[in-house]
Amino acid sequence: MQVPILKQRDYLIASIQAALTDEDLKHLRDALVAQVGEYRSRGVIVDVTALDVMDSFAVRTLRDLAHMTRLRGAETVIVGIQPEVAFAMTQLGLRLEGVAAALDLEEGLAYLDRQAKRPTLRGAGPHSGRRA
Amino acid sequence: MAVGHVTRALRPTDQEITVPIASDLDIVTARQWGRTLASQRGYSPTEATLIATAISELARNIVLYAKRGEIVLASANDGPKQGIVVVARDEGPGIADVSRAIADGYSTSGGLGLGLSGVRRLMDEFEISSELGKGTTVTIKRWKR
Repeated sequence: MQVPILKQRDYLIASIQAALTDEDLKHLRDALVAQVGEYRSRGVIVDVTALDVMDSFAVRTLRDLAHMTRLRGAETVIVGIQPEVAFAMTQLGLRLEGVAAALDLEEGLAYLDRQAKRPTLRGAGPHSGRRA
Repeated sequence: MAVGHVTRALRPTDQEITVPIASDLDIVTARQWGRTLASQRGYSPTEATLIATAISELARNIVLYAKRGEIVLASANDGPKQGIVVVARDEGPGIADVSRAIADGYSTSGGLGLGLSGVRRLMDEFEISSELGKGTTVTIKRWKR
């Protein structure tokens, strides 16, 4: 199951449509890390609304994805974690550890916009704060 | 690898479902069966998610350590208590130190170290038996609240 990745302004939006295998998740991670460079994206949104289970592998892979894109200059925000999934994650002791999460796509976009406005985020330089 | 067996309608009278585990696709199949069974047995969506998540962890352990095995899902009864029992069975290398494997924070696969200890926390009952060179069997139960 390939996850469609849309480009919107400076952001990439990956909208997961159905349950993903481990391989699918790894593929998504690698595709996003590559496309951040390809499209010079400043932010990534991963919409996990359709995921009914987030186990240790899924959480680890999303966390890795966020850290890898951050190393490439793009902030990642995970959106759409369902209440049951949040409960199970907490019970299992799974943490996103420093990775941003937002309620839904709209909140995720708002979060990235706020991040882009912060001049300290990318260091204050003459070209910092470039936004769409 | 087909997920064809998911399409078979699950009847409330089904006593047992066996899902062969040999790939990451089978992990998804097994946890979807778990959710289906839990929902049919009247578990809440939250509890069905806990059961599905536990199955996912056990199935992944099979793929990672034993390459293949099976997950058996069934109804459990203990007097008035009704529940679901999940048996994860493989004939893999076995676990040298079982008590260490279920201790918090332990993992040999470079994972989060939450595999078995996390599953244990999610469930009401947890049993593991393992023999080096013979394989591992993990049995978990969750009673209906």
